[in-house]
Amino acid sequence: MDLFSNIATFRHGVHPEEYKHYTEDKRIERMPFVDEYVLPLGQHIGAPSREIVRKGQYVKRGERIAEAGGFVSVALHSPVDGTVKAIELAETITGKMVQSIRIETDQHSSQLVTAQEVPDPFTLSYDDFITSVQQSGLVGLGGAAFPAHVKFKIPEGKTCRYLMLNGCECEPFLTSDHRTMVEHPADIIDGIKILNHFVGAEKTFIGIENNKPEAIKALQEKAASSGAPIEVVPLKVKYPQGAEKMMITAILGQEVPSGKLPLDVEVLVSNVSSIAALSQWFRQGKPLIERVVTVTGTAIKRPANVLVPIGTSMREVVNHCGGITSADLRMLLGGPMMGMVQRSLDVPVVKGTSGMLMLTGKEVGNMDEYSCVRCGRCVDACPMFLNPSLLGMLAKKGLWEDMQDNHVLDCFECGSCSFVCPSHIPLVQCFRVAKGLLRERKARELKAEKGQ
Amino acid sequence: MKKQPTATVSTSPYLHDATSTPRIMWEVVLTLVPVVLASYYIFGLGALLVVVAATLGCAVTEYVFATGDKWRPLKDGSALITGLLLGLCLPPGFPLWMAFLGGVVAIGMGKAIWGGLGQNVFNPALVGRAFLQAAFPTAITTWSAPDGGWFSLNGTNAAMPFYQGEAVDAISGATPLSQMKFDHVFANTSDLMLGTIPGSVGETSGLLLLLMGVYLLWRGIINWRIPASILGTVALLSAVFWWMDPTVYPPPGFMLFSGGLMLGTFYMATDLVTSPITPKGLWVYGIGIGVLVVLIRLWGGLPEGVMYAILLMNASTPLINRFTKIKPYGYR
Repeated sequence: MDLFSNIATFRHGVHPEEYKHYTEDKRIERMPFVDEYVLPLGQHIGAPSREIVRKGQYVKRGERIAEAGGFVSVALHSPVDGTVKAIELAETITGKMVQSIRIETDQHSSQLVTAQEVPDPFTLSYDDFITSVQQSGLVGLGGAAFPAHVKFKIPEGKTCRYLMLNGCECEPFLTSDHRTMVEHPADIIDGIKILNHFVGAEKTFIGIENNKPEAIKALQEKAASSGAPIEVVPLKVKYPQGAEKMMITAILGQEVPSGKLPLDVEVLVSNVSSIAALSQWFRQGKPLIERVVTVTGTAIKRPANVLVPIGTSMREVVNHCGGITSADLRMLLGGPMMGMVQRSLDVPVVKGTSGMLMLTGKEVGNMDEYSCVRCGRCVDACPMFLNPSLLGMLAKKGLWEDMQDNHVLDCFECGSCSFVCPSHIPLVQCFRVAKGLLRERKARELKAEKGQ
Repeated sequence: MKKQPTATVSTSPYLHDATSTPRIMWEVVLTLVPVVLASYYIFGLGALLVVVAATLGCAVTEYVFATGDKWRPLKDGSALITGLLLGLCLPPGFPLWMAFLGGVVAIGMGKAIWGGLGQNVFNPALVGRAFLQAAFPTAITTWSAPDGGWFSLNGTNAAMPFYQGEAVDAISGATPLSQMKFDHVFANTSDLMLGTIPGSVGETSGLLLLLMGVYLLWRGIINWRIPASILGTVALLSAVFWWMDPTVYPPPGFMLFSGGLMLGTFYMATDLVTSPITPKGLWVYGIGIGVLVVLIRLWGGLPEGVMYAILLMNASTPLINRFTKIKPYGYR
């Protein structure tokens, strides 16, 4: 009961089993180089990158191999010393064929990054800082892979009063942010200092779920010794605490108005690992060429937190972790609540890959569906205070406009409703369909208006 | 070549709370078992047979109306709940064929014609009882006194269909509510709690029903707002009248534990399908039932008002849902 504890949180939400024990105490381990890397040009939200290397060219670890294809786009770097073998279509996690750069590893490749010269951030102008972040290839590492520099660029007329770091990691199983906070707290605090030099927030909050005392302690110590106005806020363990709107509400007690961004309430939210990577770029000259991936689940032999070079085949990562223990595998990218099922193991790890979750068909299989009995469990679960029961009934009748009137577009697909539904109705799945159709229709209408 | 692992595709979330609708239903059925056993103990075999007959009527009808897999609707346990509840709100000496017919009407008219589970507006068990009340007004108000004989049967139980003769060997006793209504005599609250008074099969042991209700609340199966608002309203409202004239109006304890209030509150008003879904709506619904119960009991033509109170509020549920919409996040 929220009434009896003073730990900050939001209202509603659910309590899935955590399953963090598989990897939460395992140190981040570096994955050895493999023979080949495949780097898709479009692995972030926005325009794909443009390649700037030719076939046959020798590239060094950390060297830029593609430049940003627009403002909402980032650069791409080689994770190894090696030779560009091909620039061709290759399968990615979405199942689509995407233009990708294939690099054959030089067997003498070093772990050192020597290719980049990065300026001291405190001497840069705001615009140069933004350009530099774009050049580092940094995207949000929480999973959405939205270009970080776009977020860091405060638009004209807006202010950033609070900087908020998201270390909730409320998805079950995942521990990559947790390990980063435990093992690299100094990088996170340093990243805050760099970013705050430009956005000028009054105060920084680091929101961490209460089930990570080690991370809370590590960051509290570093924050205290830094002297900067940084507060580590322990948050209640509840899903989806890590949704940015929920975290803002938990920490500031304020709601983000419908259809608005955190900046509209003067807050800038970033994932903790992204901020650590920001520091690593400016202090060590290391662009985003590798990331921590939680490889976990019941169907992997040796669950681990692995520092994987971007572009490594998922099959190699699985083999590094001892291989698969079940013939009936369901691999999910990200956590079990919002992650996506992955059909093939022969696709590369990309910048947004926070976790590879190996489960069996028995665990994620479809369940018998029953009629909605209007028990209201979904209503009590929805963090957006929607009425999933009603929306679900409308969806089954195809009444998309009525769904829009009942705010389906405010749903951010956390899956809490489907999680609690005793009739096993695929609620959030229906809402995804409705949102897609409504967006499509709106786009068509806009087009028609322009045509006139 | 070694066979490489493959994976199948579906969409998130991939975790699920362990419970399911049939599990919830069967848990409710389980909590009704002690209630049925208690009524067997209090009223004898006749009471048990009434419950069985009503349940059988429900089950058969559910099976007949099912499309596709004939057994699937029965497996979810909801028809069983309807049958048990219907049986529990009939007199122990009720003719069995009537109880069976009540079960048929409960599922047929109360659920199947609406489209099955989740589609009905009225609580099916109460639809069945309302039908019986209209069709057999004498039989449904013939109350036998508690009789603890394990094998005691009321002669009226075995009445043949359409046999209109008066029951010969039934020992009838006035229920506490009719005594209250017509003679202003209030039964002892502790007798009401234990259930050793004339009444319907399962309407008598208030204490046991309260216990089961608390269990259902603790398990999160029923919403606490419904019992809180119904019982709170009944207690408050009857306390006001009792304070005004204790010789005419009964004390709140009597009102809470007499008649079908406990059974209705914990098992019928809380029916998931026919109660509102929004938190505010649940309060409106519960207070509405509470007010109606007190009004009907104190001034209506019938001694008991729980059934009509719940049915009336069932009818208002779609309207209540419409007027108590939840304000979404970001609109406040």
